[in-house]
Amino acid sequence: MAVRQVSREGIEVFQFHPVVVVLVPLIALYLQNTLPVRFPRFALFDLPLLVTVFFAVARRNQISGTVTGCLIGLVQDSFTHQPLGLFGIAKSVVGFAASSIGAKVDVENPGSRLILMFCFALLHNAVYMWVARGLAQLPLPWNWGERLGSALLNALVSIVLFHYLDKLKRRR
Amino acid sequence: MENFFTRFRKETIVAGILLAQIILLAMQVQVTGNTTADPNQKITLIRSWAEAMVAPFQRATIHTGQALRAVWSDYVDLRDVREENEKLNAEVNRLRLEQARYQQDAAQGRRLQSLLEFKEQLITHTLAAQVIGTSGTDLSRVLYVDRGSNDGVMNGMAVVTPDGIVGKILHADSNRSQVLLINDVTSGAGVMLERQRIKGVLKGSNSGRPEIINVMADEKIEPGDKVITTGGDGVYPKGLSVGTVESVTPDKERDPFLLIRVKPAVNLPELEEVLIITEMAVRTPGAMETGSGSGTTRAADLLSLRLPSAKKKVDETSATIGTATVTPVVNPLVPKSTDGKITAIRPTTTTTTNIQTENKSNAAGTDKKKPTDPVTVPKKQTPDGRDSGH
Repeated sequence: MAVRQVSREGIEVFQFHPVVVVLVPLIALYLQNTLPVRFPRFALFDLPLLVTVFFAVARRNQISGTVTGCLIGLVQDSFTHQPLGLFGIAKSVVGFAASSIGAKVDVENPGSRLILMFCFALLHNAVYMWVARGLAQLPLPWNWGERLGSALLNALVSIVLFHYLDKLKRRR
Repeated sequence: MENFFTRFRKETIVAGILLAQIILLAMQVQVTGNTTADPNQKITLIRSWAEAMVAPFQRATIHTGQALRAVWSDYVDLRDVREENEKLNAEVNRLRLEQARYQQDAAQGRRLQSLLEFKEQLITHTLAAQVIGTSGTDLSRVLYVDRGSNDGVMNGMAVVTPDGIVGKILHADSNRSQVLLINDVTSGAGVMLERQRIKGVLKGSNSGRPEIINVMADEKIEPGDKVITTGGDGVYPKGLSVGTVESVTPDKERDPFLLIRVKPAVNLPELEEVLIITEMAVRTPGAMETGSGSGTTRAADLLSLRLPSAKKKVDETSATIGTATVTPVVNPLVPKSTDGKITAIRPTTTTTTNIQTENKSNAAGTDKKKPTDPVTVPKKQTPDGRDSGH
C-alpha cells in the first residue's frame, strides 16, 4: 500500500503509439461530455484528469506531462462556458507534478496509484478553484465534502482504468 | 523519451514552439460571421475546433441510443398496452369534461382582459431539440443541443420544457447550441412568487439549487409556493413555471433581504429533450376568444405538442403553465399594441396565423416556417448571450 521510493535507474519509462496518445484523451473527453446526459452523477468523475495523470506518470517526462495536461485541459475548457485556461492551468500543474513524482517513486501498484490519484485530484481541484476565484473572479466556493468525495471516486476509478491503459504501454 | 529528445532535439524544439504559438493563436483568434447566430458575437478558434470535433460523435451516439430505445419500447416491450389504453381513454373522457369547464372560465377571463386592455405574451414558435452533451463538470452547468443557427436558433433565446424553464441559449453554433442552465452560478432570470406576486431575481448556486435574491417579504413565503417568470428579463415569456419554494432563510450577505431556495420544476440534470422558443408575440386578447376554438394556442398546448416524451405529462404540466399564462401580468416593458394584433418580440418576423395548425405541421421540429401576415413591431429581446437578469 505504501508508495515505494526507488532509484531513478530502477524506474521504467514507457512510451505509447501516437494513435493511443491522440485517441485516448479524445475518447476520455468525449465520454466526459456525453455520459452525463444519461448519467448526471458521472460529472463527479474527471476522466481527462485520469488520462493526464496516466500519461504523465508513465512517460515520466515533465515537459510532455505538462504539455499533455495543458492540451487536454484546454479542450476540456472549450466545452464549458467559462474562460479558457482554468482546466488548462490545473491539468498542466497536475501533469507536471505527476511526471515529477513518477520519475522518483514507483507508481505501478494499485495502492500507490490510489493514494497518488487522490492527491492529484485534490491538487487539481485546488488549482482550478484558485485560478477560477483569483483570476477569473468566478463565485465558486470550496466544498470539502464534495471535493474529497470526488477525489476519492476518481482515485478508485483510476485503479481500474489504469489497469486497462497499462496494456497500451510500450517499453522503451 | 530522453533519447527521443536527444535524437530529434531541433525538431522537438521547433514543434514545441509551433505548438505553443498555435495554442496562443487559438486562444486569441476569434471566429466571426455565418457560423454563429449573432454576427457580432465571436468565438475562440479552439472552442470552435473542439465543438466541431466532438459534436458529430455526440449526435450519433445520442440518436443511436434513442433509436434502439424506440425500437424496444415501440415494438418489443408492449406489455400492458391494452390495459393502459383503456385507462387513458377514461382519463381523456374525464379531461374533456374538465376542459369544457375551463373553456368557460378562460373565455370569461379573456373578456375581462380585453376590457382592461391587458397584454399577454404568446409563444408562437418553438423548436424541439435533443440534448447531446454537457460540459462534463458541475462547475459549469451548460448543455449542448442539436440545433443551431442553421435551424434559426439565436443567442439569448429561452429554452423550456412543458414542466418549466430550463435556461437560455448562450452560444448558437451552426448545428448545435450551448444552453446555460438556470442553476448555473452565472445565470439569472426575472421571477415572481405566484401567490404573493413578489418579484425577485433567480440566480444559480453552486449547490445546483437556484435561489431568489433581493426579496423583502411583506407576506409570508412558505415552502411549496410556486415561482413563475415575470417576462421582464426579455428572455423568458411571462408566466412560465420556474419551480417551487424549497426553503426561506435570511440572506446573510444582503441583510434585510431573504434568500429563497427554489426547487426547479424541470429535472435539470436529466433532460433529454427541450424546446427552444424561437418566436414570441405580445397582444391584447380578443373579447370573443374562447380558447381552443379561437385559432390560437396557449403556451401549454404548444409545449405539450412538441416534445414526444412530454405526451405522458401533458395532463399535469399543461395546467401548470396554462394557468400561469391565462393570468397575464401587465409588463411595462412590452410595447402597446392595438386590440387583437400580435406584436412580435423575436428578431425574425411573426404572424397572426393559426398557430395550432402551424404546430401540428411542425411536429417534427425541423421546420423553419416563414410567416405571412404583417408584423407590427420588431424585436424587443437582445440576444447578446448575457443576462439582463430581471
